[in-house]
Amino acid sequence: MSPTWQRFRDAFRRHPTAIAGAVVLVAMVLIALFAPWLATSDPQALSPIQRLKQPSNGHWFGTDMLGRDVYSRVIFGSRISLTVGAAVAALSITLGLVIGLVTGFVRWVDATVMRVMDGLMSIPSVLLAIALMALTKASVGNVIVAITLAEVPRVVRLVRSLVLSLREQPYVEAAIATGTRLPLILLRHILPNTLAPLLVQGTYICASAMITEAILSFIGAGTPPNVPSWGNIMAEARSMFQLASYLIFFPGAFLSVTVLAVNMLGDGMRDALDPRLARRM
Amino acid sequence: MIVYIIRRLGATFIVMAVVALFVFSLLFLTPGDPAAVIAGDIATADDIKLIRTKLGLDEPFLVQFGSWVGRLLQGDLGTSIFTSLPVTKLIGQRVEPTVSLTLLTLVIAVLIAVPVGVLAAAKAGSRIDRFVMGASVLAFSVPVFVLAYLLISLFSIELEWLPVQGYRPLSEGVWPWLSHLILPSIALGTVYMALIARITRAAMLDVLSQDYIRTANAKGLGSRAVLTRHALKNAGVPIITVIGIGVALLISGAIVTETVFAIPGIGRLTVDAILRRDYPIIQGVILLFSGIYVLINLAVDLSYRLFDPRIQY
Repeated sequence: MSPTWQRFRDAFRRHPTAIAGAVVLVAMVLIALFAPWLATSDPQALSPIQRLKQPSNGHWFGTDMLGRDVYSRVIFGSRISLTVGAAVAALSITLGLVIGLVTGFVRWVDATVMRVMDGLMSIPSVLLAIALMALTKASVGNVIVAITLAEVPRVVRLVRSLVLSLREQPYVEAAIATGTRLPLILLRHILPNTLAPLLVQGTYICASAMITEAILSFIGAGTPPNVPSWGNIMAEARSMFQLASYLIFFPGAFLSVTVLAVNMLGDGMRDALDPRLARRM
Repeated sequence: MIVYIIRRLGATFIVMAVVALFVFSLLFLTPGDPAAVIAGDIATADDIKLIRTKLGLDEPFLVQFGSWVGRLLQGDLGTSIFTSLPVTKLIGQRVEPTVSLTLLTLVIAVLIAVPVGVLAAAKAGSRIDRFVMGASVLAFSVPVFVLAYLLISLFSIELEWLPVQGYRPLSEGVWPWLSHLILPSIALGTVYMALIARITRAAMLDVLSQDYIRTANAKGLGSRAVLTRHALKNAGVPIITVIGIGVALLISGAIVTETVFAIPGIGRLTVDAILRRDYPIIQGVILLFSGIYVLINLAVDLSYRLFDPRIQY
């Protein structure tokens, strides 16, 4: 067994919370995949006589102001949150990795790109996403792009700092000295050493992207209203919270539990992959 | 020192120029016609044309950007599409609630989180430490508005201790002002506190393993003196840094918190502007908040010397 894998396994044994996180996350993914079978009714089906019914046997999570079944909407909502979380994590890691590798190695690109990244990072991420969403039509794709744009600079900074310390390593200097071409150095010597921290960073980005999506939807700058996302369900309940608090608490609980699971998984991975950081955080 | 400040101000200026260029060029870079998106689905061709003129989209990019920056430097943030009022005036009317909320949150959060982080580090591995670490992961996972609604339903609706929503200016008295801000501040400050407490703990653990701490303990100093005078002061740089960086959380969170608690601040203005797609207001708010954020972090940089006189600028 490789040492990395061994460390991975030991860390999970030492961190039962990480396992709990993984289990909850897998359960959430299964819920999202099998949503059509788990839902008790069409998440969009209107039923005006069934408006704002408290949770009951017929409607486990109650109904909203249009008589739609909240349980079915919450079940389908898991698809949006998980898609946004995973897509933003994958996209921003990929983009950040490419930009970070180049800026870390090519001096003349570095200064310009980093000034742009500094500028983007000085805009609080929710505001950055709001600006984009105000100018484009609401769609899940646009939400993913908007949140990704806000996350990329942080990944670039991380990758760049990793690259800057890696390029001083003797084996990289040796590769340069023997005339290895830059793309090969990046691919063979630098890239593999950035993957572990990026995997950890990716889980945190996934968690924060799910929260940002909910925030954007909640303030009306996220997924279109006809999409049953957790943020949207809660946004529609804003004005009738005192009447029907379950409209907030069911999707809110699903969202919090999912984000918590991802965070716990991330902490476990960080402990496994970066023992130096694990002791402190 | 002076040279350093000037150099940092220069860097700040460049960062703000990038921000300005970004929020402005978004109008041109977004796919599709932003004027049509802003005008909405039921707009006529004339409406779209009017908005295009108002946004300046009918002229070349550089001409528009030049005149926009020119007005910006004179403190003119443009005009709201929806109300035709100057953006600076609209923001000015909303400053007090937002400043009250964020400042109160900042003070409460720092006063709670730093001692909690010190305590967790001093008793590392204990039940208290594990509780603090666990609670902070939980705090990172519950969105601001879900927490806000939980607080409202418990303290305002069930117990009826505090008002559900709304805002009273400080001029109407300290208690009415404070009572309307307690729940919003707790909701807004929770993530921020979790962040500060974690970094404080980590920084303290680093310092506590140093030789001079062992010396201080060995010469018989009380553990409180060691913790505060020797350890905390030396852990100051990362702590003050995260307090500055975390302001971004406060700004993003304030937008949501003001929406939940119906506080008529800049966040509420932003959310209303989103619904009406009033881009000049959003532009103005981003420039303002980013500017404040950058300046706060500049001040943080300059304060490092207070904690560590060895730092040379």
